[in-house]
Amino acid sequence: MRKLLLFSIVILVGILFITRLFYLQVYSGETYNIYEDNAIRKVFHYPKRGYVYDRNQQLLVANQPSYDVMIIPREVEPLDTLEFCSLLKIEKEDFIKSFKRANRYSPRLPSVFLAHLSKEDYAYLSEKMRKYEGFYIQKRSLRDYQTSIGANVLGFIAEVNQKTIAKDQYYRMGDLIGKQGIELSYEKDLRGVKGVKFIQKDRFNRNLGPFKNGDFDTIPTAGKDITITIDANLQEYGELLMQNKIGGIVAIEPSTGEILSLVSAPSYNPNLLVGRQRSANYTKLHNDSIHLPLIDKGLLRMHEPGSPFKSLIALAALQEGVIDINTTITCHHGYTYGRNNRKMGCHCGGGKRKLILGISKSCNAYFANAYRKTIDKYDDASHAMDVWSNHIKSFGLGDYLGYDLSIGKTGNIPNGQYYNKWYPDFKWGSTTTISNAIGQGEILVTPIQLANMTAAIANRGYYYTPHIIKNIEGQEIDLKYKTRNQTTIDKQHFEPVIQGLFDVYDNGGTAYFLKVPEIEICGKTGTAENFTLIDGVRTQLTDHSIFVAFAPKDNPKIAIAVFVENGYYGARWAGRIASLMIEKYIKGEITLKQMEKLVLEKSLEEEYIKPYRGKPFKINY
Amino acid sequence: MSLNRNRNFKFDWISIVLFLLLVGFGWLNIFSASLSGEVSSYLDFSQPYGRQLVFIIFTFALIILIFSLEAKFYERFASIIYVVSMLTLIGLFIFGKNVNGATSWYAFGSITIQPSEFAKVATALAVAKYISDLQTNIKNTRDQLKTIVIISIPAILILLQNDAGSTVVYTSFFFVFYREGIPQIYLFIGLVLLILGVSSLKFLALPTSILAIVIIFIHHFFIKKKRRTILNPILISLTCIIISFGVQFFYSSILQPHQQDRISLWLLIEKDPVKLEQMKKTILYNLNESEKAISSGGVTGKGFLEGTRTIGKFVPEQHTDYIFSTVGEEWGFIGSAFVVVLFVLLITRIIYLAELQKSQFSRVFGYGVASILFFHFMINVGMVMGLIPTVGIPLPFFSYGGSGLWGFTLLLFIFIKLDSNRINEW
Repeated sequence: MRKLLLFSIVILVGILFITRLFYLQVYSGETYNIYEDNAIRKVFHYPKRGYVYDRNQQLLVANQPSYDVMIIPREVEPLDTLEFCSLLKIEKEDFIKSFKRANRYSPRLPSVFLAHLSKEDYAYLSEKMRKYEGFYIQKRSLRDYQTSIGANVLGFIAEVNQKTIAKDQYYRMGDLIGKQGIELSYEKDLRGVKGVKFIQKDRFNRNLGPFKNGDFDTIPTAGKDITITIDANLQEYGELLMQNKIGGIVAIEPSTGEILSLVSAPSYNPNLLVGRQRSANYTKLHNDSIHLPLIDKGLLRMHEPGSPFKSLIALAALQEGVIDINTTITCHHGYTYGRNNRKMGCHCGGGKRKLILGISKSCNAYFANAYRKTIDKYDDASHAMDVWSNHIKSFGLGDYLGYDLSIGKTGNIPNGQYYNKWYPDFKWGSTTTISNAIGQGEILVTPIQLANMTAAIANRGYYYTPHIIKNIEGQEIDLKYKTRNQTTIDKQHFEPVIQGLFDVYDNGGTAYFLKVPEIEICGKTGTAENFTLIDGVRTQLTDHSIFVAFAPKDNPKIAIAVFVENGYYGARWAGRIASLMIEKYIKGEITLKQMEKLVLEKSLEEEYIKPYRGKPFKINY
Repeated sequence: MSLNRNRNFKFDWISIVLFLLLVGFGWLNIFSASLSGEVSSYLDFSQPYGRQLVFIIFTFALIILIFSLEAKFYERFASIIYVVSMLTLIGLFIFGKNVNGATSWYAFGSITIQPSEFAKVATALAVAKYISDLQTNIKNTRDQLKTIVIISIPAILILLQNDAGSTVVYTSFFFVFYREGIPQIYLFIGLVLLILGVSSLKFLALPTSILAIVIIFIHHFFIKKKRRTILNPILISLTCIIISFGVQFFYSSILQPHQQDRISLWLLIEKDPVKLEQMKKTILYNLNESEKAISSGGVTGKGFLEGTRTIGKFVPEQHTDYIFSTVGEEWGFIGSAFVVVLFVLLITRIIYLAELQKSQFSRVFGYGVASILFFHFMINVGMVMGLIPTVGIPLPFFSYGGSGLWGFTLLLFIFIKLDSNRINEW
């Protein structure tokens, strides 16, 4: 026993030590991550972010250098806070707040302490900063917009959030990432790959030299320049026309699906969201609940399309063979239907209508009839509705279009199942859903869907998925933007419909005063009723003004949808804007000076504040 | 095995090989920990690794010297060696050089010598000599007291020089006495004292003494068969109370703040997270960094000269007391476990050999060597891994330092010499 005491204690201690080593090094030892090793300094080199050009090679977005003061909380040594704060021109409270925030994120990883120093401050501070351990200055590149237009398309970059960092190994605290528009859609191409240098340091924070001779260091790869399909001149003109109005313009080149302009009004100068004023400006824009400048009206607003939808009613009816171009309807200032003789009004003036005249006069009675015939073709209304819905959806309605901007809405095109759910115990049919015939009821579309639908009609039966990307430096764009999407309507059915759309501009058509000299335009007006809740009461507001058009009639170069909220009837503002846009794009100059003047001078602000005034108001005057 | 030893190989080669492995591997780690800039020469005397290599070379001369002397020399001259060694310790009060608050060095130009490293050898020899004396009976209280005096002189001298770490090592002689036959009750008392002390610190003196009294009286009334007098349990209880409060008083009033902090951290007494964080940055800095360095080594380590924390000198004093953290970082679990195994093998080998000794002097000395090496190993490695409070003593054969290396070499090789002489004795 006496002989064994020391011997067994030695063995026990040996086992205890090996257990402890196992615990420290194997069990709780995380896999080695050089980014978390505070013996290694990581110096990042951010490459140039790709430039953005418009379709005519006009530079839209470039870069400017920016300098951030970074902090690694654990490495901060006691310092003269007052002196430091006065150097950075901040208050002591800001210092404490920023420090706490950084420490909460991680004591050992760097985070931004103070963003966006001015160039002068940087020059002055870069020398002084060495004195303060745990702080350093990181150079980055910020956007420098060469234009004041297209904020909704160009989007912006901002500091990456923690959720993204957790998901994507590439990003580190303080990195900038595309948050909207093409900056978001083409983030990977634009950003390039940042380079990193690993530097061995000692516990006094001094550099000892490259870690492992720089074997792990990487060189930054520059971001790729991209060209977008936007025509900056057209975009600028569109934004100008939309001043003092809320709404959107989407113009597409039918032969390619390229988005020529995507106007959301009101917009803002993209330079507002750069630099130190970014967050204050962002808040201001975000809080404008009347104009919602951060909401892309061309992509995110869903409306009843109104009359422009009638073209599709006609096409579906032609394809189903329930009407032909000679089918004649007599309009008695409306359309009477159902057992109780319910009546749908019509403002076309009344009289005998064939297909082409029906379209050009936008006769409700004609399309109610065509729609009923389509749905009544089959005994089973649900099946008929599916067939009809299928035709409509083949124009890219009722679902995400698949364009390369990350926001959108599906809109709504009802099918049989939709109404079966709605009316579980009721034998619904064509009369129940008759509002669909004139683009109201359950139909909802976004302006870009409407523009795309117009492009499909202009192409006589197919469309290319709309897209904003034209060219990524040395790289093919996604093949899906080069693939035709065929509609379910045969080509021959388009000619009469297009003739009808052409006659809209003829004497007696709904847009006869919107003609553009020397350009054959096909278009369609639309007017959508809309309502809002004021103090809980459903109140009607002035109608939305809608217009779709394409031109020229043969070999169309542009298809456009214009949406002016509370702009009253379609031809009034949306129609005028469409004509001006078409002239601008095709001719490059404006001859319709009078019309231009009228549009530019018109402000609808009055309409937009009506619901907030708390006083009774008139609409549609 | 040792009985069939060839005459030409009468030294215990297993111990020698283990020694060589430790010294060699130790130097590699010192090299890594103290490397800065280009290596001009491995014998560069301005660099710790260069000096250590010189010390190692001299060590071999020392070993030859030890082997060339008669085995009997050590026993015969033990007392004189002891006296001389004590004089060198006393001399420190006059000529000593103060380094880091401890007056433990003689300085001759750029060379410093730490006599306390040699005092261990002298004390081990003296203890062996005294206990093996035919007139000494270790079961006799008087002789026990005398041996304690032999140990206490260097222990107190060293403590007065403010080198508490080295003092602790002298308690290792308990194992020697125990082996040589002091009553079992001492082991029991030692254990009780340890428990009482730790408990008084962790749970305070009052609860500890109450619990102790309850246990004593339960034992007295319910378990003990022959109950003679109530006086004994009362006396024992009183002793317990005095010890408990004494320890608490010693902790709170005599220990210096940094020593208090070390203990309070070890026993998890401090709960305030803010203060804990503060401690981690100050007194715990070394420990914190060394633990991180060891953990970061993982299973296989970052590789020789590849430890980022070692290169960055994140662990202060890494080539001396914290050398094991270099092993942990660069050689990983495999390398550190290997070192632990080497030490366990060496110490158990010495115990095994000590038991084979025919002369009591050799056996007692062997036990002394094993106990001293074991204490150094246990305290140093335990400290570096955060198992016990920070006590600054070197890891034998591994840590940088000539005095330490030679002190341990003397211990080990005098014993190997004694062992080789075993057959000639009688």
